Amino acid sequence: MPMVALVGNPNAGKSALFNALTGARQKVGNYPGVTVERKSGRLALPDGRPIELIDLPGTYSLTPSSPDEAVTRDVVLGRQEGERLPSAIVVVMDATNLDNHLRFALQLRALGLPMIIALNMIDMARRDGLTIDVDALSRELGVPVIPTVAVRKQGVPELVTALAELVGDGSAIRVAGAERAMDSDLRTLQRRARQIAHAAISEHAPAKRWTERLDRIALHPVIGPILLALLMFVMFQAVFAWAETPVGWIEGLFADMQAAVTTAMPDNVLRSLIVDGVIAGVGAVVVFLPQILILFFFILLLEATGYMVRAAFLMDRLMARVGLSGRAFIPLLSSFACAVPGIMATRTIDDPKDRLTTILIAPLMTCSARLPVYAVIIAAFIPERTVGPGIGLQGLVLFCLYISGILGALVAALVLRRTVTKGASHGFLMEMPKYQMPRLADVALGLWQRALIFLKRAGTIIAFTTIVLWALLSFPKPPPGDPTPPVDYSIAGRIADGIAPLVRPIGFNRDIALALIPAMAAREVAVSALATVYSIQASDDEAATEQSLVERLRGRWPLPTALAFLAWFVFAPQCLSTLAVTRRETNGWKWPGFMLAYLFVLAYAAAGATFWTATALGL
Amino acid sequence: MRLHQLPRNRLARIATVDWAALTTNEARRLRELGVDEGVEVMTLHQAPFGADPIAARIGRMTIAIRRATAAAIHTEEHHVSAVAAE
Repeated sequence: MPMVALVGNPNAGKSALFNALTGARQKVGNYPGVTVERKSGRLALPDGRPIELIDLPGTYSLTPSSPDEAVTRDVVLGRQEGERLPSAIVVVMDATNLDNHLRFALQLRALGLPMIIALNMIDMARRDGLTIDVDALSRELGVPVIPTVAVRKQGVPELVTALAELVGDGSAIRVAGAERAMDSDLRTLQRRARQIAHAAISEHAPAKRWTERLDRIALHPVIGPILLALLMFVMFQAVFAWAETPVGWIEGLFADMQAAVTTAMPDNVLRSLIVDGVIAGVGAVVVFLPQILILFFFILLLEATGYMVRAAFLMDRLMARVGLSGRAFIPLLSSFACAVPGIMATRTIDDPKDRLTTILIAPLMTCSARLPVYAVIIAAFIPERTVGPGIGLQGLVLFCLYISGILGALVAALVLRRTVTKGASHGFLMEMPKYQMPRLADVALGLWQRALIFLKRAGTIIAFTTIVLWALLSFPKPPPGDPTPPVDYSIAGRIADGIAPLVRPIGFNRDIALALIPAMAAREVAVSALATVYSIQASDDEAATEQSLVERLRGRWPLPTALAFLAWFVFAPQCLSTLAVTRRETNGWKWPGFMLAYLFVLAYAAAGATFWTATALGL
Repeated sequence: MRLHQLPRNRLARIATVDWAALTTNEARRLRELGVDEGVEVMTLHQAPFGADPIAARIGRMTIAIRRATAAAIHTEEHHVSAVAAE
């Protein structure tokens, strides 16, 4: 099957055109060895021949400055591992920005591959008062030029027809002018591009310039940040409010599955594996799905409308103080809901070191899974009294926990940027695309792809590790008649005996050491684990379980221990989903390993410092 | 006048670019975003918190650029009618 690649500058509307050409018949994979997405789809030519279409990452030239851009270069040069040389390329250009996009088209033309130009967003060009002589452009470049409006599927049939004439039978072709294309001087190309654009465009007074009008509000020094804060507020409200119901459904579904298996099977190890291992483990991951989808819905909208770059612009200065760029803002903010989508959202950061730093500090943002832990401990140990007008002590402690996370992240970023992720910052230099009305179908497709990636990749790793944890907590069984609780007899119980001396200096008792083991899967499990340890009758009513746990904890833990436990959870990397997604996004175990180590060290130090200080103060 | 000193909404033209003051990467990125001698520029917005970065129109494209980078771009006055400037 012949393969055709879509190539173009960022913001040319390449992905919209790709969606218009292939519909939902897309496959999202990865290029070997790099975290660059390979998006491919199928397309039938008018004569019935199928072709494979791939959407290459947007780039401004054939000199890459990121792994994505390197893939684009390597594919069009036929050097990419695991990829054929395209039988033809479709160069997508923004008609409103010809001077610039023509330069890349000229460079690609020098390769000598069969080529068509999709002159996209031709409607916007008209609105900007630009009339483009398409025939003159085609003559000048020597390739077919098809005007398109990808978001409205205009010009798509014409593009497919032109493609049919261009694509051969998929037999081998070769790059004729790789050196010519690679050596061409950007400046010469740019001047040639401007000449061609100048000759092909006639300019009239523009109609309305929506982008400039909107920017006067969105980038206003006072209104801009307020608007951003409002948007973020709405986004977080939605993440919590809208997710509640579907999370309930998912929990119900998995509880029903557990109940069904429990009644259908005899009480044996296999049943325990399925119910307590597989279903419980997979369920623990799938409950994140609603929050992830809601968050990504907003992120995709912000991306598609062009607002994301404006948000980055507004926040760049603040982020720059800790060595990051404005691009890191949205992923970090998302991490307050859950670090998993936050880390997935770092794909919008093109600088690899900025991106890595952002991934590494994302777990320090207080995610929603920490709340159940905080709620129980605060309820048990922090008296409910006011410390000022309208300021409750409990709320104040919770606030301090959030702030500790943020401060920890800022310090971590500063340190990381000077050590492990050291390197010249690419600064902040980016195109601000025009505002656009997103197509809902494109957003829906993006959400669907995110959901699949999350369920497939993180799900498999999580399912596996929760089974391991289940095994640790279940085996070996105490011999019949032995009064030792099974959990103490298990491998986990013995590990807890081993850990206990290590965590004693920071005020943790053996019960805590034991609870920390199952809580490796997800932080909130610490609550139910503590309930198990203190042999509280598990009840369906979560509030009642919490209430009785609060009573038990009060009697058993000294205050410094409780405070140390809170400090521990601000930093501890106790979330397998986060580690799994970090492995996926960084393509290996090195960075999740590093993340695990540095966060545990931080957690240990913070818990220790808290414990010793509290003890010294006589609390 | 350097780009970051240019008053907002005043059309100017890039006179020279101090390419040597930029890293290779930055220089290439700037070229890719259309920065070149003779191109029309106009600064449009300044970010809050220290007026950095700034948003500037280069040719037909709007870019976000930090002041430190913008300082490498020298501009000169550009005489055109007010209509074109708007």
